[in-house]
Amino acid sequence: MTDEPLLRVSALSKFYGSRVGCENVTFDLWPGEVLAVVGESGSGKTTLLNCLSARLLPSSGTASYRMRDGQLRELYRMSEAERRFLMRTDWGFVHQNPADGLRMTVSAGANVGERLMAVGDRHYGKIRATAVDWLSRVEIDEDRIDDEPRAFSGGMRQRLQIARNLVTGPRLVFMDEPTGGLDVSVQARLLDLLRGLVTDLGLAAVVVTHDLAVARLLSQRMMVMKDGRVVESGLTDRVLDDPRAPYTQLLVSSILQV
Amino acid sequence: MPTPLVVSDVAKSFTMHLRDGVTLPVVAGVSFSIRAGECAVLGGPSGAGKSSILKMLYGNYAVNEGQIIVQHAGGLIDLAAANPRTVLAVRRQTIGYVSQFLRTVPRVSALDVVAEPLVERGETREAAREKARTLLAQLNLPEKLWALPPATFSGGEQQRVNIARGFITEHPILLLDEPTASLDAKNRDVVVELIAAKKAAGVALLGIFHDLDVRDAVADRVIDVTTFAAGKIAA
Repeated sequence: MTDEPLLRVSALSKFYGSRVGCENVTFDLWPGEVLAVVGESGSGKTTLLNCLSARLLPSSGTASYRMRDGQLRELYRMSEAERRFLMRTDWGFVHQNPADGLRMTVSAGANVGERLMAVGDRHYGKIRATAVDWLSRVEIDEDRIDDEPRAFSGGMRQRLQIARNLVTGPRLVFMDEPTGGLDVSVQARLLDLLRGLVTDLGLAAVVVTHDLAVARLLSQRMMVMKDGRVVESGLTDRVLDDPRAPYTQLLVSSILQV
Repeated sequence: MPTPLVVSDVAKSFTMHLRDGVTLPVVAGVSFSIRAGECAVLGGPSGAGKSSILKMLYGNYAVNEGQIIVQHAGGLIDLAAANPRTVLAVRRQTIGYVSQFLRTVPRVSALDVVAEPLVERGETREAAREKARTLLAQLNLPEKLWALPPATFSGGEQQRVNIARGFITEHPILLLDEPTASLDAKNRDVVVELIAAKKAAGVALLGIFHDLDVRDAVADRVIDVTTFAAGKIAA
């Protein structure tokens, strides 16, 4: 375990004209740590995620990422090519809608293999073997490898998207409502799978969700956002069991008990 | 005797923002220490704040005032003011906790639920599972249940999984929140033995036991929580 943060975010703000996307967000993320960002629609959590993953440039503030050589580099000062290289190799991005993260008209195996080719793998047999291995890790039968994701169920598509993201051995994964829109039984399976993969691979992750149960299961730390600002942050179980900000208390008290 | 846990002047209240910001005082002026090898018991009626104190000591509840000094990683840290990363490290290495109820994770077997804290401390999965089997057998959990996720277990079965998970590691401080509440007499005796073994190994234990037989069997002393009643100090 290293004692250096993987990602340092300082006073990050994004404005859309005069409207606030997110404002003055500061945090550090360490290797192997999962941070949940919770809040309702429009709270700025997706804007924050898009800024962090450099898909969107912030209006002000900085975010620095520790590269594999140990150097801390400012994300928004990198060239577009450097950022895209990070995105293809060291990072993953799991979208809520698998169609945004997959190529729907090429085979499942190619979806996984494509990321490997992007980092320089050229040996067809090796790529296919790795793809098979990853499909089995996300519980997709080997005999589906040549099918297109169009023919997959929602839960399978999401698992395929996860395999596509993790195959290059990223160190940081961004997830936007990874279980949104799935049936609860499919959700439980996916959460359990994600939890196992994150632990086994020692991944750091930023997970955006409006589901506090997902945050509880996946993350060690969480930030609660409202109107673009972080209203409370801390250990996940502390925030959920002893919420202090008025808005967090409202969120926690609104959970339906089963 | 070393004193791995010192609590001084800790106060806790809840501010209910959904009830016009009314403040519910819980405890104030909480001060005690636990020595290595002793088992102290928090005493007092329901609602006196016993569980709240345990939860503050585990970092699960925030602390309004005071200090919780813990011997951790060769130094002293104030858990009441520690950042989340430090609290997580303290939980991994120094303070163990047996909660009242097991929070289950879908699809993880009872055996792995028990083995997990050891794996987090760097033990190999197989060695951790071996130790988990020993503990589950000692607690008389039927072997056919070990490979199943505990979500559908009975209250007593879940509690035994929880106890095994709490006792599997060698944390120098162990917090116990009614670990015997839903156990039969035979298994209560097993827990009493497990606690005695921890004491002999120099672990500092702090627990809540409503069962008087168990309490008398394990307690070296009782800390009366009613003396920390928040109203008293404020008045």
